[in-house]
Amino acid sequence: MNNPLYQQNIISIADLTRSDLELILETAQSLKQTPQPELLKNKVVASCFFEASTRTRLSFETAVQRLGGSIIGFDSGGNTSLAQKGETLADSVKVISSYADAFFMRHPQEGAARLASEFTDIPVINGGDGANQHPTQTLLDLFTIYETQGTLDNLNIAFVGDLKYGRTVHSLAQALSRFNCKLFFIAPEALAMPDYILEELNDKNIGYSVHASIEEVIDCLDILYMTRVQKERFDETEYQHIKSAFLLDAAMLNNVRDNLKVLHPLPRIDEIAKDVDDTPYAYYFQQAQNGVYARQALLALLLTNHFQAKV
Amino acid sequence: MSDYKLQVEAIQNGSVIDHIPAHRGLKILKFFKLAQANEKITVGLNLNKNNGQQKDLIKVENTFISDEQANQLALFAPGATINQIKNFKVVNKFKVQLPDAFVGVLACPNSNCISHNEPVKTQFYVNNRTELKLKCHYCEKSFNRSFFNELD
Repeated sequence: MNNPLYQQNIISIADLTRSDLELILETAQSLKQTPQPELLKNKVVASCFFEASTRTRLSFETAVQRLGGSIIGFDSGGNTSLAQKGETLADSVKVISSYADAFFMRHPQEGAARLASEFTDIPVINGGDGANQHPTQTLLDLFTIYETQGTLDNLNIAFVGDLKYGRTVHSLAQALSRFNCKLFFIAPEALAMPDYILEELNDKNIGYSVHASIEEVIDCLDILYMTRVQKERFDETEYQHIKSAFLLDAAMLNNVRDNLKVLHPLPRIDEIAKDVDDTPYAYYFQQAQNGVYARQALLALLLTNHFQAKV
Repeated sequence: MSDYKLQVEAIQNGSVIDHIPAHRGLKILKFFKLAQANEKITVGLNLNKNNGQQKDLIKVENTFISDEQANQLALFAPGATINQIKNFKVVNKFKVQLPDAFVGVLACPNSNCISHNEPVKTQFYVNNRTELKLKCHYCEKSFNRSFFNELD
């Protein structure tokens, strides 16, 4: 059976259907359980970071190597012809993609991955384009929710922290709108979820509510997705005043559901106290590790037509 | 009809863009660079409609508005009509229609959008017809008309 993602691009979560998402998650689970160290043998993958990133790059490059593929590329745009000689991204993509079987890229400008996909025939995977999309992060988040809850339907999922500027929470909320979850938003007023996301949720009849603190909802949650409230966005007194509503410590977890998992895209600063790490609810480090499996799943599906997920 | 004749002189051949919302007529002239050709143009601003509201009207001699221009007109005047005139008679009359997408017409208002620096045409999808919201094909941001300098 052909897989519908074979030789496709992964640019934006909005391009993926519910069944595409399910196929990716099943494939990630299969690869986590049954490693395929030779699946990408003789395949070369370009890993092009026009903007530096540590976790995304290492996780992606690990994914390629765990599948037996090899990597060409660069880890920051500064030394490329693009930066030094003024080459267009379109030309860079044409040249680099003629060497490789897939093109993974991060770029500081919005729309860069979409544009790249129009100048090459090999699959392009967006590793983050400015403030726009970061679909592989969303896929690893979805995979972690699916892995820990066994489903993506009918879950209570709370998002905490900076919901205004965090593209991670925007994309994840958009992806979850394809499933039947109830969403809870907990953020300082100045960092609330933007209206366009709320409108999308309304259009899809997804239930959501807004709350002033984590404690209001924590006992009914299946997933608590924490993000950092950046100090720089507030003056010092204001920050001290608001921050306590958006911090999590182990004492707050006394009456939560057994299946609750706390997630965070990392890095965390102080929004999750260290004592949470030792509770059975902490899952953010496994979540980061799942980035490798989610990215392996994409590579397997984009580059091999015959790979069958064995779950 | 008699009102129009009283207010704006008839043309022999060309196009009449009618039912333009008041205050948008001059913007349309500027956007389509209609005045740069040397054809005679008659512009009516703030003309009274029967319903007490006001409208603008543009008559361009010896110029026929293309389908593409008619689509673009919808950015300014979604309810406008175009009359093609031959020998003082209306030979064709149609309403402008908002297309599904605009290609190569508008620059993206997002200064960090990749479309500014690369050899591509901009592309916007119409994702809200009543409020006129346009979504950039590249940066995926949606904008209403007030964000576009060209439409100002």
